[in-house]
Amino acid sequence: METKKISKVDLIFEHIDPREVLTKAYGMTRDEIIDEILESGLKGRGGAGFPTGMKWKLCSEEKEKTKYIICNADEGEPGTFKDREILDRVAYKVYAGMTIAGKAVGAKKGIIYLRGEYKFLLPQLRMQLDGFLKMSNEIGYDFEIDFRLGSGAYICGEESALFESIEGKRGEPRNKPPYPTHSGLFGKPTVVNNVETLVNSVIILKYGSKKYKQMGTMFSTGAKVFSVSGDTPIPGIYELELGMSLLEFVKEFGDGDTKAVQVGGAAGFCVPRKLFASTVIGFEGVPTGGSMKLFNSSRSMYNVLHNYLEFFTEESCGQCTPCRVGCQQLLRGVESVKKRESKSTYLNELVKLADTMKIASKCGLGQSVGNAFKSIVENFREEIIY
Amino acid sequence: MKKNNIINLTINNQSVSVPEGSTVLQAAQKLNIHIPTLCNHDDLCVAGNCRVCVVEQKGSRVLVAACAQPVTDGMEIMTNSLKVRNARKHVVELLLSEHRADCTKCYRNQNCELQTLANEYSFGDHIFLDLVREHEHLIDNTSASIIKDDSKCIRCQRCVRTCSELQKVSAIAVSGKGSEMKISTFHDRPISHVVCTNCGQCVNRCPTGALTEKNYIDYVWDAIYDPEKHVVVQTAPAVRVSIGEDLGYDPGERVTGKMVTALKQLGFDSVLDTDFTADLTIMEEGTELLTRLKKVLVEKDKETALPMTTSCSPGWIKFIEHKYPEMLPNVSTCKSPQQMFGALAKTYYAEKRGLDPENIVSVSIMPCTAKKFEANRPEMRDSGYKDVDYVLTTREFAVMIKQAGIDFRTLEPTHHDSIMGESSGAGAIFGATGGVMEAAIRTAYEIVTGRPVPFDNLNITPVRGMEGVKEASLKIEKCKKEWSFLEGVELKVAIAHGLTNADEVMRAVSNGKANYHFIEIMACPGGCIGGGGQPIPTNINIRQKRIDAIYEEDMNMPIRKSHENPEIIQIYNDFLEKPNSHKAHELLHTHYLERVRY
Repeated sequence: METKKISKVDLIFEHIDPREVLTKAYGMTRDEIIDEILESGLKGRGGAGFPTGMKWKLCSEEKEKTKYIICNADEGEPGTFKDREILDRVAYKVYAGMTIAGKAVGAKKGIIYLRGEYKFLLPQLRMQLDGFLKMSNEIGYDFEIDFRLGSGAYICGEESALFESIEGKRGEPRNKPPYPTHSGLFGKPTVVNNVETLVNSVIILKYGSKKYKQMGTMFSTGAKVFSVSGDTPIPGIYELELGMSLLEFVKEFGDGDTKAVQVGGAAGFCVPRKLFASTVIGFEGVPTGGSMKLFNSSRSMYNVLHNYLEFFTEESCGQCTPCRVGCQQLLRGVESVKKRESKSTYLNELVKLADTMKIASKCGLGQSVGNAFKSIVENFREEIIY
Repeated sequence: MKKNNIINLTINNQSVSVPEGSTVLQAAQKLNIHIPTLCNHDDLCVAGNCRVCVVEQKGSRVLVAACAQPVTDGMEIMTNSLKVRNARKHVVELLLSEHRADCTKCYRNQNCELQTLANEYSFGDHIFLDLVREHEHLIDNTSASIIKDDSKCIRCQRCVRTCSELQKVSAIAVSGKGSEMKISTFHDRPISHVVCTNCGQCVNRCPTGALTEKNYIDYVWDAIYDPEKHVVVQTAPAVRVSIGEDLGYDPGERVTGKMVTALKQLGFDSVLDTDFTADLTIMEEGTELLTRLKKVLVEKDKETALPMTTSCSPGWIKFIEHKYPEMLPNVSTCKSPQQMFGALAKTYYAEKRGLDPENIVSVSIMPCTAKKFEANRPEMRDSGYKDVDYVLTTREFAVMIKQAGIDFRTLEPTHHDSIMGESSGAGAIFGATGGVMEAAIRTAYEIVTGRPVPFDNLNITPVRGMEGVKEASLKIEKCKKEWSFLEGVELKVAIAHGLTNADEVMRAVSNGKANYHFIEIMACPGGCIGGGGQPIPTNINIRQKRIDAIYEEDMNMPIRKSHENPEIIQIYNDFLEKPNSHKAHELLHTHYLERVRY
């Protein structure tokens, strides 16, 4: 598989003149904007990796008069803190991305769903928004942006639970279909994009899709902001081209004793040392919303797994059976194996359960619990048992 | 998108065509392929949360919920692949692991949807750990009507959807998340202390024993076997067309005579009929309506409230007490037939039979859970005693028949005892939505004009049917002299069943957007035949069959009008004097309470 050398870039946080990009986009037709994004190969930076251009296209084809652009800033994945930094430093790029997306799909209203814990950013964001709206109106855009705050539930980062939350209901994921681009917030066609995705759309329009595609790989174009944490001497936020191997990454960020990296947060995969070289960070390998947690040999992988399972047991919305009960069973199950109350072979039953949760849960939360569980149990089985 | 498009798909390699917008579950039903479900209910919106109905869709990474997945052209579905079977078994096992499977002690034993699934998917040893934290689950038995036991709850949210969609009450809702997620009340208060109408629709739709009615069977047995006590029982109109369902009959079977025989065999001293007091209600309520009309139309009395609404349904009464207390003057002051019966059992009946009311135990068999609450209201003691001592649901009654070892099918039908056992077809139709209205019009029209209502066979079809809100009007012409103020008046009526529909009507009335004279409201969908105490399951087809049976019952009665019931004529001659008399007011009418809205 094609892997790249590690390559730092500075596009997300680079200061630009938003007026320039907005004016350029204003002169383009809706289809031209969408084609440019499609051509760039940009995939959602929240973690799921749906092609952004396709999302915009589907929404733009809807006949409804009212449509919404939602910026998902409910950054809740354990180990991610990049959206906070983006909003803190270059919020105007997020507003610009939403405004351009609004033009592309024919939406006049944008909402930023801000993680409750980021409330401290709100005064500054509002102030910057006022200035931004003045400028975008001058250019000719007729697009308003508003904020909604979450209240700390992880599940509200799931797009349809996010709609329910904005609508004032309990944050529970909806059945899909219908998909948000057809029936989203208040039943209207809606585009939900991650903070970073929206900034990327601005970068693409500024530099052109051709130049953008030169970064990354065929399946994972562009660069990505990584939140690096755990056993690393240099934790922090780094913007890197996609497509590097995990080995390259660990060489850069590890402390020389890295035994595993959790790629993609609690919902992601745990990659053991023996697979570092063969693991590509990107949509063709292990995708991530940005969370990269390094573990060295002083860490008990049982504790790591236990921590994730406790997290999911608490953060499942509790609506569907596989997720609500499955999380509890996985948690109690590994505990009972550890305490010798169950045989070690009970882990095999739990792995089967994790497989069921992957295919039978209602939403992405329940479907991804099995990722961390299986990758840790399969690679560190002895640490779970003994 | 064109409407009525036909979608072609295959399920288990069999082709099927269904209209666009159908679900995979509906398409499978057309092929007679059974897909198990739990959270799905015909009366409620799709939830897709139990995941028991997952099926495999070719090309999809994940399994899809058949109840929630819309069909698409060329879709290929497998309902019984290994992947599906394994996932379904896991889902059932997971549900069992959080369910206190105390089946032999459970009221819903052998009529439990989880138990049925467990029988199919999960015999032998359980795979997973038992998660039931028994000590953390308190059983809420504070309500006179409903018991909530969270340790049996599988969180399908049928009850939540029922309470909000069908009843617009939302006494119960989801709280907490993850492992703490549960079905809860406002601030976790006991059910007796929240806005609950006791309608029991949640009980009817609960797939397990998490929500049940409060059971009074043993109290009734004790009374029956107490030699000092004279135990009278009344049977509500809706019970005779539904009790069969719990005893092996198909829905819609009329078993009135057998039901009476069964009650006699159970040992009740006298088997009487709520239909009798239904007729009496018509006399009292009809007179009240005519009096109110006169006060408003002739005396221009500003104090008299119109439209007048019915008061037979205790779920409705509690609903209006909570939600529209300012409109309580619009509610008829008549007690419900159950409570009229209770008040008369310990006065009129005791007198006639020469019994000491102290020794009378009055039991009622009701399609209703709210009647249990109603019987416990402090206002319901006008006889000087508790007017109705015990209320049993249709379901509890069926349990007693089974306990007594009665072979219901071979019973010879008998008649209700006398007195207070005679009834008319008008009393019988009280059990169906629109029935009280029809019965009232049959009598009131005739009182006012001296002629029977101008409908074929007395069947007032415009007030019948399953529509949520029905409206009708009837022009009153050629009145008798004393009712001449009604000459030419177009009597406007409305009928609502299910509290969501009731709410709609009451909102229209309070906004001045409706100018009805008389409104019939029943808390439960379909009226009493769809009551919270009726056999489980319920759906619109079952309710329709029960209603059809009720109208058949009416057609087969020799007397079809309340005022022609000879026992009604007798009770006014011997005891009550005339409708709305002082004595009638004392025993048969009541008042209502303003209750908090939360």
